[in-house]
Amino acid sequence: MMETARHDAFVVHTVKAAEPAAGPARRPEAAPLIQDEETAAKRRSRRIALGRLAVAVMIFVVWELFTRYGWLDKYYWSSPSAILRTTWTQMTQGTLLRDIAYTSGSTIIGFITGTLFGSLLGLSFWWSKSYAGISEPYLIILNALPKLALAPVLVILLGIGFFSKVALAFSMTVVVSALSAYSGVKSVDPDMEKLMYSLGAKRHQVFVKVVVPWSMPWMISSLRINIALALAGAIVGEFIASSQGVGRMIMYAGTILDINLVWVGVVVLSLLSMLMYWGVVLLERWLSKGFVK
Amino acid sequence: MTHKIEISGVSKWFRRNGEDIPAMQETNLQIEEGRFVSIIGPSGCGKSTLFNIIAGLIPPSSGKVLADGENIVGKAGYVGYMLQKDMLLPWRTILDNIILGMEVKGVPYKEAVKRALPLMEKYGLKGFDKHYPKELSGGMRQRAALLRTLLYDRDIILLDEPFGALDAQTRLTMQNWLLQIWEDFGKTVLFVTHDIDEAIYLSDDIYVFSARPGRIKAKITVTMPRPRKTEDMTSPAFMELKHHLMDLLSAGHDDREQIS
Repeated sequence: MMETARHDAFVVHTVKAAEPAAGPARRPEAAPLIQDEETAAKRRSRRIALGRLAVAVMIFVVWELFTRYGWLDKYYWSSPSAILRTTWTQMTQGTLLRDIAYTSGSTIIGFITGTLFGSLLGLSFWWSKSYAGISEPYLIILNALPKLALAPVLVILLGIGFFSKVALAFSMTVVVSALSAYSGVKSVDPDMEKLMYSLGAKRHQVFVKVVVPWSMPWMISSLRINIALALAGAIVGEFIASSQGVGRMIMYAGTILDINLVWVGVVVLSLLSMLMYWGVVLLERWLSKGFVK
Repeated sequence: MTHKIEISGVSKWFRRNGEDIPAMQETNLQIEEGRFVSIIGPSGCGKSTLFNIIAGLIPPSSGKVLADGENIVGKAGYVGYMLQKDMLLPWRTILDNIILGMEVKGVPYKEAVKRALPLMEKYGLKGFDKHYPKELSGGMRQRAALLRTLLYDRDIILLDEPFGALDAQTRLTMQNWLLQIWEDFGKTVLFVTHDIDEAIYLSDDIYVFSARPGRIKAKITVTMPRPRKTEDMTSPAFMELKHHLMDLLSAGHDDREQIS
């Protein structure tokens, strides 16, 4: 239905809605196609989970069969069943559990101290552009420097005990954290600082209320890389000289040509690394609460 | 008689590549208490520079800014300042954003909330206190930003194109909302805009700035009675003033084109 009204410079066509005009939208009988995104997404995520599991099972089955029938040399490649057996004996009769505690202990302590100290260092660059400018090239050099190459020096300096492993894990993480926090600091919106000053804020208030929370996502993003780096640092420290740890166990197994035991070490480290990664993801989630943009 | 704000001989020069560039020529303004004053002019005419100077965020090259007879050059925090973007902190809830000014001043949290909640309720943000800025529409975010400025509790408020990024309909709603607040609180408002309709509809006085380097070209007092209604925007008197302002602004535009 259309009604037309003429004015001097324009014409109005009024369109009337069909009865009933008001009320909730009604679905016409001839509209069977309704987009259902929820069910589709649910189905997809189930398919992905199943697919992942299938791949893992396949890898182990193929590995086991190939070594059992001699397509892969059992001496070098070991086999899942042999690794499981050796792990069990090492756990019950050997020192595997103590080694795991040793390695994860030095990794976690190095990770936490390195990340904290590095982040604080990176954040501190906000306070003075000159100080940041002087420090930046040295930070980049330190980042490029292969810290693992310094491992022998650190072990000689700090002894073959726990502390040298922590120091290596620390040195692996501290520069990455400092650089991440610094990029966060550099990206702070100057208008946000302006707003704070216009509200009469002092510099330390701007730092606490804007700069730190703003840089949080940058600092958080370095966590996942850092946990892997810290573990690598701790293991290399154990390779060089140690009386305990999973790294030392692998080194020892290698020298006595017990390749089964080397595999046990590799598998245990992979599991440990996955576990820590998962822990970091949880930590990330906890830290991100309220800092999401 | 002392004016609420008095700007005398304020200019701003920048040095780039060894050359001295004027951003704002010597400017004089006197604003009386409780007035709604708009500044209108082409982009880059130094309106934001003037605001930054009044807010104490940058020093002028010459001149003084007096508020209640006191020199406030370089004194950040003497006036309330709302920037173009809403600048709500994304990691804070709306409520925590609104009380930011009080928090900086050291008002205890509970008391700040007690003052903020009734205002949120009265001015269209009821029930949004626990939401995060990204969950709100542009208009709502501007409301929150303005309430934050209001709760900072200064007599003078600077608004730098607060509705510039909003669509035409939201903008209209927000203009009426702002007038309501201005009438309720009786603050002295300085308002920068590009929009001629907005300037006429809201203001008591309109200062027209010339193109860069900025200088005041004209002061116009709008005598249209208050409270104003949306229909006033189509009245003959409104149209006449709009026409006049367009002439003033386009004249400045021609000048600039002849120079460049």
